[in-house]
Amino acid sequence: MSAALKTTALDATAQAFLTRYAGLRARLPGSHDARDAAATRLRASGLPGPREEAWRFTHLRPITEFTFLEPLTPIEDCPRLLARLPEIDAPRLVFVDGRYRPDLSTPPEGIAVRVGGPAGEAVLAGEKLVDLNTMLGEDGAEIVVADGVDAGTLVLASLATDRDARHGAFHPRHAVSLGKGAKLTLIDVALGEGVYLNNSVLAIRVAEHAHLTHLRMQLESIRAFSFATLFADIAEGGEYDSFTLTIGARLSRNEVHANLSGPNAIAHLNAARMLRGQQHGDFTSIIRHIAPNCQSNQTVKTVLDNAARGVFQGKIEVARGAQKTDGYQMNQALLLSHDAEMNSKPQLEIYADDVKCSHGATVGEIDAEQLFYLRSRGVAHEEARAMLIRAFLAEAINGISHEAGRAAMETCLDAWWGADAA
Amino acid sequence: MLEIKGLTAAIGDKQILNGVDLVVPPGEIHAIMGPNGAGKSTLSYILSGRPGYEVTGGEASFNGHDLLEMEPEERAALGVFLAFQYPVELPGVGNANFLRTALNAQRRARGEAELDAPSFLKLARAEMKRLSMPDDMLKRNVNVGFSGGEKKRNEVLQMAILKPKLAILDETDSGLDIDALRIVSEGVNAQRGPNFSALVITHYQRLLDYIVPDRVHVLSAGRIIRSGGPELAHELEAHGYAGIVADAA
Repeated sequence: MSAALKTTALDATAQAFLTRYAGLRARLPGSHDARDAAATRLRASGLPGPREEAWRFTHLRPITEFTFLEPLTPIEDCPRLLARLPEIDAPRLVFVDGRYRPDLSTPPEGIAVRVGGPAGEAVLAGEKLVDLNTMLGEDGAEIVVADGVDAGTLVLASLATDRDARHGAFHPRHAVSLGKGAKLTLIDVALGEGVYLNNSVLAIRVAEHAHLTHLRMQLESIRAFSFATLFADIAEGGEYDSFTLTIGARLSRNEVHANLSGPNAIAHLNAARMLRGQQHGDFTSIIRHIAPNCQSNQTVKTVLDNAARGVFQGKIEVARGAQKTDGYQMNQALLLSHDAEMNSKPQLEIYADDVKCSHGATVGEIDAEQLFYLRSRGVAHEEARAMLIRAFLAEAINGISHEAGRAAMETCLDAWWGADAA
Repeated sequence: MLEIKGLTAAIGDKQILNGVDLVVPPGEIHAIMGPNGAGKSTLSYILSGRPGYEVTGGEASFNGHDLLEMEPEERAALGVFLAFQYPVELPGVGNANFLRTALNAQRRARGEAELDAPSFLKLARAEMKRLSMPDDMLKRNVNVGFSGGEKKRNEVLQMAILKPKLAILDETDSGLDIDALRIVSEGVNAQRGPNFSALVITHYQRLLDYIVPDRVHVLSAGRIIRSGGPELAHELEAHGYAGIVADAA
């Protein structure tokens, strides 16, 4: 009975989004063909439900508690939110409630940026949250780095205000494209206040021998819903090096589809997550080794306190022709409370016969011996515990070579711990 | 002064200590010897506050403070230091950060000013030089990838930096070659003075050639069955524990 009720509530929420679309359709930018097609699919299949294998551990039911509206056009500054952006000396593109704010942005030189509508070509059509994004998306940045250009660092910020407790839902659609041999570090930060739904899609193209470093900081409001779907295509000799820090949101899902489509391409999908209270955080990745001699690395570290729940679903597909694939996946969780829960689902699908693929998963508590060792040296219990949690995450964080980015991540870690101790 | 009276303790249902009486006056080094399973390590863990042991009777105090009522970190701030038989690896924790955090935690607890990074590094480097430890051991993660000898040296380095009033050395000689044994012993001897006392737990007389104790105690089946001067260690080495245990029975 309860399953049927959940589905009904989700259906009502899907219907509410479709109704919004009907009302807004004429005012949404760009071609309506893709939007209409997405709407048709959503009408037929609804939002992802617990009966779908890919959504077994993450239920969208909490979003049915709210009625989400499209945000009002943001006009005022949001100094509190701006102040929370990491201090990184780099140009930035700032979106408030899903809409680009030129007055808060400092566009970069040497990078072509286009805003004013959903960016990039269609990717992952049929993925339900992507369809929702396609149907209702209003804005986004298309970021293009030309062949051979080293474009330095760019900050892409999403601020959410929940103005007048309107519970905005926004669906940014960004695209990043690096030409042959191009280089960029993209620092992507999402934060906000109140209850809102941020359902973003980011499409990434890394051309031959290009290198994208992608540092993602999900610092959303603890009451917010955050869904981010990322598609990355990495061509021959290209590298996509990402690190995702997840601290915020009541319910979040970070879904990454990475295609290694040219020989000698590399993808790093590392992550650190710290969740507490009733937070639910899902990291789902599908890495496809399509070409031979590619390498993928994934270390995901999760700290769960109170009744928080972490989900890791990591799939590595190795196509028939993808010989000499080197795939590594490690997923480790540290549980600080008996009520915390971690769900892990590693999956390897290998159709080539000359590959090296390994995966591992651990779930554990703070080591009592380590804790006693520190305390015997005079470090008080709480500080010792904090040190060990930091140490657990250090392996992941220390791998970030971008110094300012790493420092920003460390500041977030400290703040997280400080908020707990307070 | 360390005073232990009638200390009895158990792990689960198993009684390990059966009434230990021991006094270590300030400035003295006492050795505890005894066969495997006598309760030597249990005694060291109980004095330093490791969870998992149940004290079923008796007392243990240091300079008038009831140790058994204190948290491990409070005992450390009071000046109690345990050199672990099996030092614990801390992946992700740098040795320098670990040492400085420990030192400053103790200083804070005692109401003393914290040491800033340059002063700490100067202190640490000087002590490492005395222990023939390369500088890069400060950068490495605590005990991770250290050889057995390096781990023991790292314990003595911690002792040298934290400057305890009572050091409990739990088989610090195990796994050391003769050169390392000499260096580690010199590190302990350097601490000797009127405000330093130590309990040296060992199987072998060899260590006591380097760290010459004021008293030697034999622990067997959870009780001290004989005490004497340094010559007792030589007697044990010559005749083994069996004779002494039989005499006491």
